[in-house]
Amino acid sequence: MSDAVWILGITMTKFGKHADKDVIDLAAEAALGALADGGVSMTDIGVLAAGNLMGGGAPTGQLIQKQIGQTGIPVFNVSNACATGATALRTTIMAIKAGECDMGLAVGVEKLAGAGLLAGGSAKTDGNHWTPRGRYGSVAGVDGRIGTDTMPGTFAQIGMEYGHRYGGASFELFARISEKNHAHSTLNPLAAYTKAMSLEQIMGDVMIAYPNTRPMCSANCDGAAAAVVVSDAKLKTLSAEQRRRAVKVAASVLTSDPWEEACQILPNVNTLTRNAARQAYEQAGVGPEDLDLVELHDCFATAELVHYDNLMLCPEGGAVDFFNSGAPWRDGSTPVNVSGGLQSKGHPIAATGIANIWEICHHLRGEAGPRQIEGARVGLAHVIGLGSACGVHILERSAA
Amino acid sequence: MSAQIPLVDYLALGDRPHLVAHECTACGARFFDRRNACASCSATEFRDADVATDGELRAYTIVSFAAPGIPVPFVAGVVDCAGTSVRSNIINVDPTPEAVRLGMPVRLATYSLGIDDDGVEAIGFGFEPA
Ligand SMILES: [Zn+2]
Repeated sequence: MSDAVWILGITMTKFGKHADKDVIDLAAEAALGALADGGVSMTDIGVLAAGNLMGGGAPTGQLIQKQIGQTGIPVFNVSNACATGATALRTTIMAIKAGECDMGLAVGVEKLAGAGLLAGGSAKTDGNHWTPRGRYGSVAGVDGRIGTDTMPGTFAQIGMEYGHRYGGASFELFARISEKNHAHSTLNPLAAYTKAMSLEQIMGDVMIAYPNTRPMCSANCDGAAAAVVVSDAKLKTLSAEQRRRAVKVAASVLTSDPWEEACQILPNVNTLTRNAARQAYEQAGVGPEDLDLVELHDCFATAELVHYDNLMLCPEGGAVDFFNSGAPWRDGSTPVNVSGGLQSKGHPIAATGIANIWEICHHLRGEAGPRQIEGARVGLAHVIGLGSACGVHILERSAA
Repeated sequence: MSAQIPLVDYLALGDRPHLVAHECTACGARFFDRRNACASCSATEFRDADVATDGELRAYTIVSFAAPGIPVPFVAGVVDCAGTSVRSNIINVDPTPEAVRLGMPVRLATYSLGIDDDGVEAIGFGFEPA
C-alpha cells in the first residue's frame, strides 16, 4: 500500500498586470485551468484550500466556489505570509493523507500590481504629546527609527550577514544573481518581466535597500495558481494519460522558526529552511545532488544566496562559490529559478507557493518547451514567509 | 533641565544611557518587548539585564525608501553587544557602503526626537562608530 499523493492537474495564470480581472476572476481562471489540466471537475473535489494574503479576511475559497461550483465541500481559507500558497497545497495534501477525501483543490491568488514598497507598519507619532504605546512602550514609530521593518531592508541584512560570516559576497555578486534570474525569464512567457538585464543595468538601477536595487527585489504583480491533488488509490482508477502526467509529491513539509538568539531582532530565515529541507530530503529519500531543478524563494537577490546554503545545494558556507561556479544557471549542475524567480517572473504573494510547483511539474512532465530542463526527474520548490513559515515540496516524475 | 522620555521603554536614560533587556531567569534568553512568556523555554519569570553599550556591527542595509516621516537614506543594522543582538540604526556615519563596514566596532549614542507641548523631550538611540 502506498499513501503517496500526486499532483493531477496544475496551472498558473500569466503573471503581470490584469487590470480587467478581479481576484476571483484570476482565482477562477487558475482553478478551472487546474481541473481541466487534471481531466476532472468540481464534483470530483472533496476539499478546497484557498489563499489570498491581501484579501483582508474575505472567504476567498467560497467566493471561488460561487463562480465555479458550490458543491458543499469543506473550505479552508489559509493565510501564512509568503508561504500562503504552499500552505493551501499542504492543507489539501494533509486532508488526503488523513483519508478525508481522495481529491483536493488548492488555489493561491493575489492582486498586487502597483502596490509599491511593502513596508512594515510604522505607528504614527501621536500629535503633540509623547505617549508610550505597544509592546515596546514606544512614543513614536520604531520602523525606520530602530532599524527597518521593510522587506527589502530585512532581506538585505540577511544577505549581508551571510556575507559577513563567510566572506566573498558583494553588491556585484548579489546583482549577478539577479542577472541570472532576469536572463532565465526570457524563456518564460508567463513571467511578469521577460527582458534580460545587464549587470550594469541592475547595479545602476534605483537603490531600494543596499545592496538590493529595484530589479533585485521581487516584482509586485497580479496572478493566480492552482493545483488538483489526488490520492494514490484514486489515481490508479484514472486513465493512462492522467497517470502518465501525474507528478508525485515525494515530500511536503511546512516549518516555522524555532527560537534562537537574535531571531526576534532580525528574522532568521535560515534555520527553518534548513529544517524543512532536511525533513523533505528524508521524506523523499533523495539528496540535494539528486535535484534536476530548484525553484527557491528569491524574494530579493540577497535571499537567493542564503537559500543555496539552507537547501544544502552547497556545503555550509559555500553559497558564493556555488554561484560563482555557474551551478544555478539553467545550464549548470543545479539549475535554480529557471522560471525567472520572484525577481522576474513576479511575486503575487499567495500564488507563488503553487506557481513554483507548477514550474517544477512543467519540467517533470517534459512540457516546458524552450526552457525545458532535459530529462528532469526530481525537483524542489521552496517558499518562505516572514513571521516565519517555510514550505518545501519535492516533486518526482511519474514512472507510469 | 526639561523632562525626558525614551523612544522605547527598554532605553534607560540618565548619565549613562543603556538598553535593558528582559532576561528569562530559567534559560537566559533576552527580549526587548513586553513578555507573556519565554519564546525559548516558555518560562514566565524575567529579570532586567543591562545590555553592553559597545558592540560590533554584524549586518546592515542602507534604506532608501521608508515609511512616511523617516528621513532617507539611513543605515539599519544588527549590533552584537557582547552576545546580545540589538536592532538599531547606525548613526553619525555617512550612509554609504564606503563608510559603513561589517564588523566595525560601534557604541550606543542618543539623540533628541523633539519636545512636545508639555516640554517633554523624547530621546532615541542608535549606534555610532566607536
Ligand atoms: Zn527561557
